Amino acid sequence: MLMKRRFGILTGILAAGIGALACATAFAEDDAPVTPDGTPAYIVKDGQVDKGTYNGYRRFHATCHVCHGFDASGSSFAPSLADSLKRLSYDDFKEVVVNGRQNQGATGDKVMPSFGLDPNIMNNLDDIYRYLKARADGALPGGRPQRIGG
Amino acid sequence: MKVLSRWLLASVAVLAAGSASANDSILKNQANPNNWASQLGNYAGQRYSPLEQINTNNVKNMQVAWSFSTGVLRGHEGGPIVVGDVMYIHTPFPNKVFALDLNNPGRVIWKYESVQDPTVIPIMCCDTVNRGVAVADGKVFLAQADNTLVALDANTGKEIWKAKNGDHTKGESLTAAPLVVKDKVFVGISGGEFGVRGHLTAYDTNTGKMVWRAFSTGPDADVKIDPSKTTMMGKPIGQKDLGVSTWPGEEWKRGGGTTWGWYTYDPELNLIYYGTGNPGTWNPTQRAVDKDRSKSDNKWSMTIFARDPDTGEAKWVYQKTPFDEWDFDGVNENILANINMNGQQRKVLVNFDRNGFAYTLDRATGELLVAQKFDPTVNWATDVDMKTGRPNVVDKYSTFANGEDKNTTAVCPAALGSKDQQPASFSPDTGLFYVPTNHICMDYEPFSVSYTAGQAYVGSTVSMYPTPNSHGGMGNFIAWDAAAGKIVWSRPERFAVWSGALSTKGGVAYYGTLEGYLVAVDMKDGKELWRFKTPSGIIGNINTYTHNGKQYVAVLSGVGGWAGIGLAAGLTQEAGAQAWHNAVHPGHAEGTGVATAGLGAVGAHQSLGEYTQLGGVLTVFHVPDQK
Repeated sequence: MLMKRRFGILTGILAAGIGALACATAFAEDDAPVTPDGTPAYIVKDGQVDKGTYNGYRRFHATCHVCHGFDASGSSFAPSLADSLKRLSYDDFKEVVVNGRQNQGATGDKVMPSFGLDPNIMNNLDDIYRYLKARADGALPGGRPQRIGG
Repeated sequence: MKVLSRWLLASVAVLAAGSASANDSILKNQANPNNWASQLGNYAGQRYSPLEQINTNNVKNMQVAWSFSTGVLRGHEGGPIVVGDVMYIHTPFPNKVFALDLNNPGRVIWKYESVQDPTVIPIMCCDTVNRGVAVADGKVFLAQADNTLVALDANTGKEIWKAKNGDHTKGESLTAAPLVVKDKVFVGISGGEFGVRGHLTAYDTNTGKMVWRAFSTGPDADVKIDPSKTTMMGKPIGQKDLGVSTWPGEEWKRGGGTTWGWYTYDPELNLIYYGTGNPGTWNPTQRAVDKDRSKSDNKWSMTIFARDPDTGEAKWVYQKTPFDEWDFDGVNENILANINMNGQQRKVLVNFDRNGFAYTLDRATGELLVAQKFDPTVNWATDVDMKTGRPNVVDKYSTFANGEDKNTTAVCPAALGSKDQQPASFSPDTGLFYVPTNHICMDYEPFSVSYTAGQAYVGSTVSMYPTPNSHGGMGNFIAWDAAAGKIVWSRPERFAVWSGALSTKGGVAYYGTLEGYLVAVDMKDGKELWRFKTPSGIIGNINTYTHNGKQYVAVLSGVGGWAGIGLAAGLTQEAGAQAWHNAVHPGHAEGTGVATAGLGAVGAHQSLGEYTQLGGVLTVFHVPDQK
């Protein structure tokens, strides 16, 4: 039952995401850039980033960084996402964030919780992806980026 | 029927007699310096030992006597308890407890390991730490991560009873060491970053039944405040239900004020003391009433409570940081001491708060006597108004005044505080406090956040870096005069000093470093006398005891906690070194923090990986006999 609800929410967010994409294309490409196939993308220009990537930086460093480390560089709790996002596709990424993962390490302490019901994550999932992808591609150094246009 | 009621009466009389004195077994054990009977050494929380076999003359000869691996690789806070011939140690999640035989050093008498739902792990914001067990009345009390309070038979490790203190699916967990007073065991609650509404709860030591629970926020009845009797700054509070009216809407229900620090007790005054944590979300705008700071104290977060342990009633309160805007989580230990102030002996309570101020209060009345910065670089407030007890906040560093989505830079101290949970020590010989501190500043950008039960409720990003224009390190170990409100001496450290301090009659004070060093210093001037690198960073507390007439010093190593959580996997040496260089570059002036802040965040504690790695080891030291 719970799984069903989670997927329901995911579908809803995907639908909303498509709506947002349409808007983004029409009005503010720089705020929420996407690739031609609809995958969230980022803009890094002179060390400054699009608003979506900046928001992703913020959201990541409010929740995810306690395990995945500052700048997504990993910690003893959880892997570096600046590394994992070199391999994970956008769909893989969403699947793990929504459903979580229970992959116990040698000391039994590696657990990724499900964020499927957390609006702070789900409503900002594309932006978090933008930020992490920019980190994984080596396009963005560590630290607080500046927003294009301030 | 008659017989039964007579029996009942008799047992009521016995119970009443039992609760007329403080816990006899603890007082007896604490009075014997051969033991280290409770986490903070004694009820007053002084972390002082009258032992002097190891002293300023011979500490240079100190060596490892024996060691023991706990088998858990995470942050090891708290420390060993020694009662008689047995040492009790604990671990982070999954919260194992070992009883070790001191007659056969390191031999396990019994081991306890609970089965806990591992989904509790990700809701522990700052590592899966646990600050240790309490031993009293032949029982060992353990507060498990999954909110289970368990009483074990001290001889066998068998469970006697269990109580459920919270629900991890709502973000609640347990990390603090329980305190036993009379026939009650007290536990708090952790989860300040998950919108948990804090409380302190008393359980019957014999049955595990809840006796009372006092919340940190909400109506007076829940907080156990009587506004006509409970005092604040020496006067009755007067106004009703400030725990509701100083919050917008129903925000008090997710208002934080968690109680994960240390608890102390004065048997003469019959009062227990503890602090409450940060108010809910780190975004102050969401906690403001009518966008007005003066209406938004967010009571009773960030508050020192003095309570009657029998009933839970609050005798007095003092709110250190009304309307927090920086996560200056007010849970640090309240050390009880009798000190000389202006020629008079005063019974005081001393608190080194996260916000960088050290408070000296009259512990009977809650009267504020001294409030001074214990790190001179603290800048978010100029001072504390001694009439109102309120800090004078500097607008430039007010994350509320600057607003949501604005990055407030160069605030000192950082959210980690000038001092976190690492407990300080008081020596009755010198009348001084020995305090492990942090020396870190931050940039803080709050933003709007939604509440979902069981999910993080933070709403801010924080970048931390070593205090600019200082010695470049991130910690100090200081000696503090609580009567004058002045630093007596200060020793800089490369990283935050995250271990509990110990002072001794031998004139030696001890602390651990995040790199893993156990350091012994002369209490007179802070001069280093000895150091030893243990297998992992130290965030545990240093304890001392004797066995067969010989003094030992013991500490748990195992880097982690909030300070150690940035310990990076996969960060290259080069990147860490570069970050460190940038963070401590002499040209990094205050106000230009924004340019290098990000690198500072990388640097803050990640370069720690160049010095130590995860571990979980008990190391016991002695000075070998002369041959």
